[in-house]
Amino acid sequence: MSDLETLESEILAAVAAAASESALEEVRIATLGKKGSVSERLKMLGKVSPEERRELGPAINGLKARVGEALAARKAVLQEEALTARMEAERVDISLPLRRPPAEEGRVHPVSQVIDELTAIFADMGFSIAEGPDIETDHLNFTALNFPEDHPARDMHDTFFMHPRADGERMLLRTHTSPVQVRTMMSQKPPIRVITPGRTYRCDSDQTHTPMFHQVEGLVIDKGSHIGHLKWVLEEFCKAFFEVDELKMRFRPSFFPFTEPSMEVDIGCDRSGGEVRVGEGDDWLEILGCGMVHPNVIRNCGLDPDEYQGFAWGMGIDRLAMLKYGMPDLRAFFDADVRWIEHYGFRPLDLPTLFGGLSR
Amino acid sequence: MKFTLSWLKDHLETDASLDEIVETLTRIGLEVEEVTSPADRLRPFTIAKVLEARPHPNADRLQVLSVDAGDGAAPLQIVCGAPNARAGLVGVLARPGDYVPGIDVTLSVGKIRDVESFGMMCSERELELSESHDGIMDLGEDAPLGASYAEYAGLDDPVIEIGLTPNRPDCASVSGIARDLAAAGLGIFKENRPASVVGEGACPVAVRLEFGDTPPLCPAFGLRLVRGITNGPSPAWMQKRLVAIGLRPINALVDITNYITFDRGRPLHVFDAAKVAGDLVVRRGREGEELLGLDGKTYRFDDSMCVISDDNGVESIGGIMGGELSGCTEETTDVLIESALWDPVNIARTGRALGISTDARYRFERGVDPQFCLPGLDLATQMVIELCGGTATEVMFTGELPNSERMIDFPVAEVKRLTGLSLTTPEIKGVLTRLGFWVTGSGDTVKVAPPSWRPDVHGKADLVEEVVRIVGLDEVPATPLPNLSSVSGRVLTPGQLRRGQARRALAVRGLKEAVTWSFISRAQAEAFGGGRRDLELANPISPELSDMRPSLVPGLAAAAQRNADRGYPDVALFEVGQIFGDDTPKGQSMVAAGLRRGTAGFNGAERHWSGNAPAVSVFDAKADAEAALAAIGAPVDKLMVFAEAPAWLHPGRSGELRLGPKTVLARFGELHPRVLAALDLEGPMVAFEVYLDAVPTPKSKARAGRSKGALDTSDLMPVRRDFAFVVDEAVTAERLLKAARGAEKTLITGVTLFDVYRGAGIAEGQKSMAIDVTLQPRDRTLTDEDIEAVAASIRAAVEKATGGTLRG
Repeated sequence: MSDLETLESEILAAVAAAASESALEEVRIATLGKKGSVSERLKMLGKVSPEERRELGPAINGLKARVGEALAARKAVLQEEALTARMEAERVDISLPLRRPPAEEGRVHPVSQVIDELTAIFADMGFSIAEGPDIETDHLNFTALNFPEDHPARDMHDTFFMHPRADGERMLLRTHTSPVQVRTMMSQKPPIRVITPGRTYRCDSDQTHTPMFHQVEGLVIDKGSHIGHLKWVLEEFCKAFFEVDELKMRFRPSFFPFTEPSMEVDIGCDRSGGEVRVGEGDDWLEILGCGMVHPNVIRNCGLDPDEYQGFAWGMGIDRLAMLKYGMPDLRAFFDADVRWIEHYGFRPLDLPTLFGGLSR
Repeated sequence: MKFTLSWLKDHLETDASLDEIVETLTRIGLEVEEVTSPADRLRPFTIAKVLEARPHPNADRLQVLSVDAGDGAAPLQIVCGAPNARAGLVGVLARPGDYVPGIDVTLSVGKIRDVESFGMMCSERELELSESHDGIMDLGEDAPLGASYAEYAGLDDPVIEIGLTPNRPDCASVSGIARDLAAAGLGIFKENRPASVVGEGACPVAVRLEFGDTPPLCPAFGLRLVRGITNGPSPAWMQKRLVAIGLRPINALVDITNYITFDRGRPLHVFDAAKVAGDLVVRRGREGEELLGLDGKTYRFDDSMCVISDDNGVESIGGIMGGELSGCTEETTDVLIESALWDPVNIARTGRALGISTDARYRFERGVDPQFCLPGLDLATQMVIELCGGTATEVMFTGELPNSERMIDFPVAEVKRLTGLSLTTPEIKGVLTRLGFWVTGSGDTVKVAPPSWRPDVHGKADLVEEVVRIVGLDEVPATPLPNLSSVSGRVLTPGQLRRGQARRALAVRGLKEAVTWSFISRAQAEAFGGGRRDLELANPISPELSDMRPSLVPGLAAAAQRNADRGYPDVALFEVGQIFGDDTPKGQSMVAAGLRRGTAGFNGAERHWSGNAPAVSVFDAKADAEAALAAIGAPVDKLMVFAEAPAWLHPGRSGELRLGPKTVLARFGELHPRVLAALDLEGPMVAFEVYLDAVPTPKSKARAGRSKGALDTSDLMPVRRDFAFVVDEAVTAERLLKAARGAEKTLITGVTLFDVYRGAGIAEGQKSMAIDVTLQPRDRTLTDEDIEAVAASIRAAVEKATGGTLRG
């Protein structure tokens, strides 16, 4: 074996034996470095005869190339090994649980969500939202709405009153959102289509009554809307709100001072399972009161009841929420128990729309 | 209003089934609330006879009965505590396995003081027949042993209860209900008009209506004496009907008045003539006058109330309740029967003031048929003579029956206009006529006179209601509401939009939405700057809910504390709702407020492997407030923070965000320890309020479109430089940042504060604040000289504004 062959096999053995990039670098310096064994051989070429050079030149250059390749190959292997080792060392327990993101933690109260649902439905039918103050005058809460002087709802038992003012006027907490209907009729020109969601108050407290609750009323005033339209609006609303294709509805004659004719509306439901299921079964559940706006009310708002007509309805928002989403107890709506809000509340980004469906 | 099926059929000739009747009642506005057949509950109970009653060996008040159940088997041993249990009594037996409704117990074989008992003899209350618990039922010896009690007692007559709306006094009577059903096509109404009773001689007791100059509270009063009667129990058929609708039979005279009250909606009163001294005077009560009522309670009167008095004083509360002392008993031999009219509003007021609800008040306050005042008296006289014997005098009638006649011009097209229902004139006239309305004319407009028993009908719309409810609302076709436009526009007002935006932005920040009461306690209101008298309820439902809230924070704080008390100390709550500054509409405004308790910060609460959550701080509240303001489109970059806040916040850890020097858009901070202590709250609690209505509405620039304008960027690299300034403690970050930002207007695009340092190298009472300034070149790369020029102006501006110097 020639000297070069011996050298080559020694070098390749050293390359293969290098266990780290630094060891490999030492081999490179010892071979291809300025004073390395291969470099020394190359330098010697200048000192030999042309004949020898012709023979040795390609041999040494070949050696240099092969050593270079061997070093590069080994380096790639070592880098790969080092990277693999580093990756292994950097391994984490990806099962570690993260904190729940704030948007998952937050909730929108069912009353707010249902108001958004109502808004989505009625906006589609051309209604806007009207609002008014919670502290009302006796006139707007009762008198303008055709309540006879001694109607039981004016009783201290039902209505929260403020202390009488110096001039004797006694403000009260509105017992329904109907004063907003009066305010709307007095400030807008027909055609009017509004819904009036808001807080209402009555001196009453048990499992199904709280001293504060939410109501939404609707009002349509124009020159031609009648009970047929009222039935259509409420049927369309109920189907959309309860997200059912068919819903049995029953309109019963009833009495309210501010409407004539007056009706109460029942929807078909099933009570057999302990929970009320809307849209199934043969039972009835009363959900709202409605009627044609009383001529006296239209007149009290400065409109001529022979020219203008329309209808109104009212229902409990909390009750609608309870029916749709199955809350058993009204009082819990106002208790702010985080467990209740978490369970019955809605995710912040679940905004009800008609195009995306009202609820998940 | 309750009645039985057989009772209804006294006034309605019909083949309709119970189901048809019930369905029709609801359809025409007489909503059926319940149909019960007492027989169903009472099915197991049979008639049995007590053969023997011996003292209980171990108890003084108990007896051991031997009872023949009438089934041929051996007598049953039953332990009984009723004082009236005796040998020979025929009563009602419940056996082991039977459910006794009045005590809500299913019987089993019992052992009472060591004596076995195989059932019980029942009282009326135990069978829910009445409230009577004086002893066990005593049916009389002729009751058939072993027979079903319900059958024997005729209790298999279904009882129908309707929820009567206040406008229909005519249907507070069985006959009125029958008339409505007949009008709806369910049979023929039997008029049953009482024949007039010819009396002998004048009524010896005179009646005077004495109201002086004040409005008469009793327009008409009829009185008649029936002499020589024998008052005993009323006949079984009458008692059964009264019991079925929940009334307790008393004696024939009283039962007749109750019966006619329900049968015809005509309340009456009977006085024992022997106990009436002198004439009857109907007048206003006098301050301090009292009466022991038939219910055993004493009532005091004033001059707003109407009473009937004689020489002894007040004998009756007119139209509401009679007096105990002049009432009829089994000993009564001469009876005065009263049929009068009363002012409905005054009846309602008096009944409310005295807290009396009677069947008479119920009818008079709704309005009874004035034309039936005297026929009702005749009917009562007739029944008294029939059941108790005696002879009647003539009627003593005082006052005047009010004329309730009125004529309504009724364009028949109103039916179509208001309901959409197409009916012919004869159909419309037919319905009204069947209901007792007088109708004349055949053109477009007919004349209609409502009957005397319908005080609720005044105008065209009322007549439309009568027609549509009898024809049936089901006949009205649902009609689509015409579209006002093809695509609906925006319907929410800016205020409504803001509430929604704030709500969802806060929920996204992990806060849970609460809805708390609009009223809070006085202590809470006062602690949060409220407590004005005009915002205090005159009649709160509880002292905890007495004042309209001046802030949402007290309600949220109380809610957070409730959660903490339940074991959930780290909660983040918010509410979007109204607060009250005074009792006018302008005093009410909309607020978005939130509260974080414990460690419930934005990044999560409690301990966690990634780092434990710190206690909530003023900056959590500030971040929430700023997020809500940003979400509603407030000009957040123009806001200034002021370290001034209301007394309910920690003075050193709170602030206000203002637009300009005066407009407060938000407040935030840590709740003051004094407030926590006063309201029994445990901190840490931080809270904020954003005043949604205070944020100015962006001027609706008459802009051509919604374009956001072109994006202006530069291709040149931004340059960033850090500066650290040493300033006095009192220098706020806002002051320093504002100075730095304003130092140069074109190149500086951003200044952030990245470090606040106190300690080694910095003198006591001073701090180092380090800022990172971004310079964005516009048209050429910046030279070192350019950058140094900007740096110099920043140093100068900060020094001028804060006195700070560059940290060495």
